[in-house]
Amino acid sequence: MNNQTTFSQKLKNYLKHPGSFITMLFVMLGAVLTFTVLIFLIVYILVHGVPYIKPSLFSLTYTSENASLMPALINTVTMTLLSLLIAVPFGIFAAIFLVEYAKRGNKFMGVIRLTTETLSGIPSIVYGLFGMLFFVNTLGWGFSLLAGAFTLSIMILPLIMRTTEEALKAVPDTFREGSFGLGAGKLRTVFRIVLPSAVPGILAGIILSVGRIVGETAALMYTAGTVAKVPTSVMGSGRTLALHMYNLSNEGLYMDQAYATAVILLVLVVGINALSGVIARKLTKA
Amino acid sequence: MQGVFFIAACASVLAVALICIFLFANGIPAMKEIGFLKFISGEKWRPNNDIYGVLPMIVGSIYVTAGAIIIGVPIGILTSVFMAMYCPKRIYKPLKAATELLAGIPSVVYGFFGLVVLVPWVRELGITLKQLGITRTSGDGNSMLTASILLGMMILPTIIGVTESAIRSVPPQYYEGALALGATHERSIFRVIIPAAKSGVIAGIVLGIGRAIGETMAVIMVAGNQARMPAGILKGIRTLTANIVMEMGYATDLHREALIATGVVLFVFILIINFSVALLNRRTERE
Repeated sequence: MNNQTTFSQKLKNYLKHPGSFITMLFVMLGAVLTFTVLIFLIVYILVHGVPYIKPSLFSLTYTSENASLMPALINTVTMTLLSLLIAVPFGIFAAIFLVEYAKRGNKFMGVIRLTTETLSGIPSIVYGLFGMLFFVNTLGWGFSLLAGAFTLSIMILPLIMRTTEEALKAVPDTFREGSFGLGAGKLRTVFRIVLPSAVPGILAGIILSVGRIVGETAALMYTAGTVAKVPTSVMGSGRTLALHMYNLSNEGLYMDQAYATAVILLVLVVGINALSGVIARKLTKA
Repeated sequence: MQGVFFIAACASVLAVALICIFLFANGIPAMKEIGFLKFISGEKWRPNNDIYGVLPMIVGSIYVTAGAIIIGVPIGILTSVFMAMYCPKRIYKPLKAATELLAGIPSVVYGFFGLVVLVPWVRELGITLKQLGITRTSGDGNSMLTASILLGMMILPTIIGVTESAIRSVPPQYYEGALALGATHERSIFRVIIPAAKSGVIAGIVLGIGRAIGETMAVIMVAGNQARMPAGILKGIRTLTANIVMEMGYATDLHREALIATGVVLFVFILIINFSVALLNRRTERE
């Protein structure tokens, strides 16, 4: 009842102020447009892609008759693990330094802040160019999973650093003081008390970077290369799922498979992001 | 052990230094050989004749980004106003998750969507406009307009996220004061809150510009990629990013170096944008 009176009051108010009414309509229109676009995109891809998801898409080898996405999927997993293996220790240790060790107002902190901000703003194609010049050519690794993984690990470094930093800062100082009070040293406090309490936040950041790795294309094209096979070692070239999808739609010969790959890519990335969100929410609840 | 942490913290500094050194060391010689002015202001890109003018791509990038801003900024700001000031509590969470989802979709999926949905639409639009006699040619759908629409969609989550938090950080007394003076809900928002959140809104737009100018795969898939001066919104266009990806696969010698120099131009654009974001953020903090 109460709601209804306010609603009719609102309506009366709007009749008195047509300008406000029009503005309100625009706001609603903007919001509706945003969410329609999102829903349309997802529904369109699902409707056109799901029928083409067949068992043959998951055969272990890619042939010109059967554009299987399995090799690309395996490469994506390898690439993700490799990149995390490189970036996560660096990111976490750097965040520990920034939060636990560096003194406030340290000039060096400003430099690190500035460089991480710069890194997070650099577009992926520039990372790709750098990876090609440095890892592929200068270090002589050639197009390889390893070159791609190193390129990606630089790309996700700022993300892991920032999320870990926030997670560490969220650990109350009383935890640290209690640990010191019990006679633990600085290092012991960091590894036994602070890090374990920050795990959900750090995990959310890592999962978020997995999402970025899985969706990445431009940075990998000229570092990991586009061979549609599972390489025998990390020094071999192989395309990830996103790159596989770009090549399929670029060649234009396998549009059905491209639709199906789009579905898998979308589901993967959406799932990964949702997982990260769930973990982050757990953190805020605790 | 503190040393280990310190070394890890230096990784990002080292990475930025390496990126700068390698890009500039490989790109500047080509600029010198071609002639800096000739490279930046040359209107022709013909690798076969050793003519390397990157102006069409610079203009292309700027046009496409401007288009994305024209489409994405109003919708983004209106949506963020909705999220912060109108949205009923019950549907806020799913909508917030939806905007985050929009940010998480890989650019190649956006590009694919553009390729199979937007390109045919724009082609139809072009044909209709031609029949009505408004334009002389219809274009094939791979165009500046398509790329702008797609990029406009892609920068929405950036703009919505930053603007919404800027609106939320305005003290509620501003809004209450405006209401008490007899202003309507809408008038309070657009005359009091948005001006107060101005620097945050601008920071969001600049971040959106950075994302649009650096976007590669989605643009390549819908923009047509002709390396000539932009001729109209229904015509194809090539951006700096597209130039690199399109030709790097087979380029050699000076051509290859010219592509890296294209990367340098892009990198400088991005550095300028990052720097302005940092400046804006600093100013907001001081306020």
